[in-house]
Amino acid sequence: MEKTFNNKAWFMVLPVVLLVAFSAVVPLMTVVNYSVQDTFGNNQFFWAGLQWFEEVLTSERLHDALIRQFIFSAVILALEIPLGIAVSLCIPKRGVWSSFCLVLMALPLLIPWNVVGTIWQIFGRVDIGLLGATMAALGIDYNYTQNAAHAWITIVVMDVWHWTSLVALLCFAGLQSIPDAYYQAAKIDGAGRWKIFRYIELPKMNRVLLIAVLLRFMDSFMIYTEPFVVTGGGPGNSTTLLSIDLVKIALGQFDLGPAAAFSIIYFLIILLLSWVFYTVMTNYGKGEGR
Amino acid sequence: MALDWMAWTWQTAAFFGCIGITLVGMTVWGIVAPQVPRMGILRFETTPGDRLFVSLLGSAFIHLGWLGLIGDPLWAASIVSVAYAAAVFRWV
Repeated sequence: MEKTFNNKAWFMVLPVVLLVAFSAVVPLMTVVNYSVQDTFGNNQFFWAGLQWFEEVLTSERLHDALIRQFIFSAVILALEIPLGIAVSLCIPKRGVWSSFCLVLMALPLLIPWNVVGTIWQIFGRVDIGLLGATMAALGIDYNYTQNAAHAWITIVVMDVWHWTSLVALLCFAGLQSIPDAYYQAAKIDGAGRWKIFRYIELPKMNRVLLIAVLLRFMDSFMIYTEPFVVTGGGPGNSTTLLSIDLVKIALGQFDLGPAAAFSIIYFLIILLLSWVFYTVMTNYGKGEGR
Repeated sequence: MALDWMAWTWQTAAFFGCIGITLVGMTVWGIVAPQVPRMGILRFETTPGDRLFVSLLGSAFIHLGWLGLIGDPLWAASIVSVAYAAAVFRWV
């Protein structure tokens, strides 16, 4: 049967186009305009050309923040994705315990970012926090406000606590979509637990894992509130991630030109990496058998 | 509506104008001569829209890389970008 094309249907998309233009395209254009100018306030701008881009690209400060950001996102993905898959495999498939586990898993996701930061900020304190006090009782000299390694461990564990459930819930949804016949066939073939996971569960979770990796990568690459509340970017600059550095430039120093140039570079990096992830994962396995 | 707060310059307006014209041109091209995705040297299917995206994104990084490593002026980076975009449309 021949397909019917009706181009009038494109008008249905118009409200979304207008909304995206208002909330994303116009602000992005403004940032581009700011990035090539200088301002001292009062809505007066002076042409600066590519000066801010040159300054930002050769800045040691940006390079260090970028390296920290990549390390943070890589650690987050390396921990949360396998852990989320493992947790989803442990959740009962049906029954009251299944619902109980799902509600329990969803709880951290409902807590606002600044509250998560505050919880962990207090939790880690040696004088009044349970974690800090326990560490002190065990004889471990834990202090995330003075020791960079401790600060890193704290913000990584905090992020894992907050977001692993999202990966687990997405993987669980993927697992639920596998018909029982697949497991029965595997049983007849004498497949072990690992082979069931490798050849049935993992391929079926491919799509949800794509979403999980993309969401967690983009979110961890843009993270601001939680580490800012816990460490404020310190000790020194050890946990100053890209967004924290950007806010310091834009709002702390009110250098709108360099901040705009920084934002555009930041945006392009996220766009590139998201495209690479998306392309690799959507094309994974497509070429097989050709 | 006053657009002073957007801090427009003729250079940035021209830049966005070029991007807009390219997008409209690609849309018209797509309507006049509907194209099917093809398999390129990267071994995955791309549409002309995908190739434009890769060209624009790559060109942005070519300019940034040039600015960071060599510096102003950028006309040579623009020439490299045009050659890169032509290569993307031909082989990717």
